[in-house]
Amino acid sequence: MTTVAERVSAEHAVGEQLTAIWEESPGLHSWFATVDHKRIGRRYLFTAALFFVFAGLEAMAMRTQLARPDEHLLTPEAYNQLFTLHGTTMIFLFATPMLFGFGNVLVPLMIGARDMAFPRLNAFGYWVFASSGFLMSASLLFGAAPDGGWFSYVPLTEKAYLPGAGTDVYCVGLLLLGISTTAGAINFIVTALTMRAPGMSLNRVPMFVWSIVVTSFLVLFALPVLNVDNAMLFLDRRWGYHFFDRAHGGDAVLWQHLFWLFGHPDVYIIVLPALGIVSSIVPVFARRPLAAYPLLVLSTIGTGVIGFGVWVHHMFAVGLPQLALSFFSAASLIITIPAGIQIFSWAITIALGRLVVRTPMLFVLGFLAVFVMGGVTGVMFAVVPFDQQTTDSYFVVAHFHYVLFGGAVFPILGALYFWLPKITGRMLSERLGRWSFWIVLLGFNLTFLPMHIQGLLGMPRRVYTYQSGLGWDLWNMLETIGAYILLVGLALTLFNILRSLRSGPVAPDNPWGGESLEWATSSPPAPYNFAVVPTVHSLHPMWDEQTLATMVADRDDPERALTDGKLGLRTSDLDGIAEHPLELPEETLTPFVTAAGLLAIALGFLLGHYVIAYVGAGITVIGIWGWQWPKREPQEASA
Amino acid sequence: MTSVAEAVTRPGAAAREVPAGRRPGWWGTVLFLLTDVAVFAAMLASYFYLRFAANSEWPPAGIEVPKLLKPAILTVLLVPSSIPLIWADLGIKKGQRGRLIAGVSLTFLMGAAFLGVQYTEYAEKLKEYGPSSNAYGSLFYLITGWHGFHVLVGLLGLAFVLAAAISGRITKHHHARVRMIALFWHTVDAVWIAIVATVYLSPHL
Repeated sequence: MTTVAERVSAEHAVGEQLTAIWEESPGLHSWFATVDHKRIGRRYLFTAALFFVFAGLEAMAMRTQLARPDEHLLTPEAYNQLFTLHGTTMIFLFATPMLFGFGNVLVPLMIGARDMAFPRLNAFGYWVFASSGFLMSASLLFGAAPDGGWFSYVPLTEKAYLPGAGTDVYCVGLLLLGISTTAGAINFIVTALTMRAPGMSLNRVPMFVWSIVVTSFLVLFALPVLNVDNAMLFLDRRWGYHFFDRAHGGDAVLWQHLFWLFGHPDVYIIVLPALGIVSSIVPVFARRPLAAYPLLVLSTIGTGVIGFGVWVHHMFAVGLPQLALSFFSAASLIITIPAGIQIFSWAITIALGRLVVRTPMLFVLGFLAVFVMGGVTGVMFAVVPFDQQTTDSYFVVAHFHYVLFGGAVFPILGALYFWLPKITGRMLSERLGRWSFWIVLLGFNLTFLPMHIQGLLGMPRRVYTYQSGLGWDLWNMLETIGAYILLVGLALTLFNILRSLRSGPVAPDNPWGGESLEWATSSPPAPYNFAVVPTVHSLHPMWDEQTLATMVADRDDPERALTDGKLGLRTSDLDGIAEHPLELPEETLTPFVTAAGLLAIALGFLLGHYVIAYVGAGITVIGIWGWQWPKREPQEASA
Repeated sequence: MTSVAEAVTRPGAAAREVPAGRRPGWWGTVLFLLTDVAVFAAMLASYFYLRFAANSEWPPAGIEVPKLLKPAILTVLLVPSSIPLIWADLGIKKGQRGRLIAGVSLTFLMGAAFLGVQYTEYAEKLKEYGPSSNAYGSLFYLITGWHGFHVLVGLLGLAFVLAAAISGRITKHHHARVRMIALFWHTVDAVWIAIVATVYLSPHL
């Protein structure tokens, strides 16, 4: 179960030739020029984890401030910046990039491909994400961090009421990030459509890949709306446009509609890939295939579609017409059906299987409990009168932390324990992992469970302090203690990872007896991933015996070993029939240069020095031009 | 060094002759255009939202209902500009490089003329109202400006195709980039029709 003999045999045949073609040059140049999806994916994971630490420490500062009434550790201004940056960072710079990081590493491996469809676009997406993230985080050091809340409602965020640079940083930073996320989404869809190993028809695509693809479609339709919203806010603030200004024919509610038309699908953009992680971990530790795979696929797609029809439930207290409220209330109740199907599918898989509980599975079990809790309070919010009573209270804060910490962070932690051995080649400590899990579970619930009560007792969110004697003191103190326990639990996982990198036992190819193709590679995978592109025979290629055998049988087939240059295999979109070897690009600096140009444009707009933006635009155009400039074909050039 | 015989019989060369599905580049372009059109859709939706939320005269008092001569000229320049581009695209598939260069150049000229006329229209309109006069002005300049920016990007793309074609890098077998930039150009044309209907025609209703 541990070393995959077929992989060794395939590498023995053609590994040397492929390594010569695929290995990137060592050194600084390659660090900036790499197009390897595994290196880029690792960077996404690392950078997103860094933002998780930043945003987590921001939360710790807030919890410390709120531990006791009338505390003056933080000024109100600093508190505003902290809660805005905490939300913005967690949503935009941690959750999505972290899951895209897993997608980057895993999607090509799971579908038996050698890289993404657009490796250079992948590198470009990373650089843009990193520059946008550091732009927004660094703004805190200059006291210029966004401070209008993560959903940045007008008219508060108009120039007249928040004159500082914070909201400009928010608009420009998110527009820049939007380019990165869009590029990533396009890349995932095209990779999944054209690069699957032969034989992997649509009904054999792993659940994780399905969820990344559905998420990517959500990104393509939801993100443009946020981008337009942010562009309009920036124009209002910088050049006195009037999109949201009632006095000049604008409308403040337009911001909210556009924001939540993006914002609610964004919940699924975060949660769906995390559910994909759960669907990957459950069958491996239940030791049986997922129950109702087709229903899981359909409910993932269904969630994506219905997710666009529920945004007004974020606006029930705005004062919209009753009819609109009823429609969106009904839609919000309907969307619980696909969510329920998924939960039951995992529960049935576990019930019918032989459960082996290891750390990744522990986090998945924790996820099930916590996420269902968040789902239940979510159903409560779909009921308009309840929502109108509890909106903007700590009950909301409790709800979305159960959904997002439960629905994304628990699966992400499970994913780290599950896949880091594949990525780094080192096993994590099971003992430390279990300690970390129980402490995180305890700390999480101690932090967020009391917030339900505190919200019902009327404590509003986003207040930097409160008076004693309102019945909130005990709950706040408990929550702060919980937050510190949570910090210890998370720090334990961080320590576990660092320790494994230094001295962890070497990870075998397939440490868990996994079902999908990433476990057919070495740990960490060779630069070319698969020496011989496997032919997939079932939804569980590692469990069916035939798929792995093709890696040996096709060793001498040039159309599967593909040793004639840096080649991947293009297959047909629906049936996964092999069509054509696809030439993949060598390492190059053009994505880095293009991303640098975009950063200069963003900085130019932010600082109001438009010369910088013009220079940036020039660099961007030159970068894309060089990137796309066609190679001269050797035979045809001489003709 | 591989021999000529090996070069033509290796899988890559042989498979090229087999009919196959869409390439990654095609899919990538189409998905990009999908999300790009969604940007325009959000802008046009905002236009109608603000018009009906205002619940008063549209255009607001002091601004005339848009005249239709210039938009008609703009439409006549832009929408048919796709035709020479399609002709050029089909030409290079047969290896006719001259036809590619001629067609793309004609499209380029029509696109550049579009921007020229749009410039004169802005000069005229700015005397009446600017983007910061009111929400109506903000919407007009945002939507037409963002579209004009697309035409500019399209012109850069066409210039790219011309440069690559003249230096002999676009051939019978390697012309995927022509199709990608043509798809972008056609989309920008099609979006223009929705913009004319919204920004120029709907205030007459």
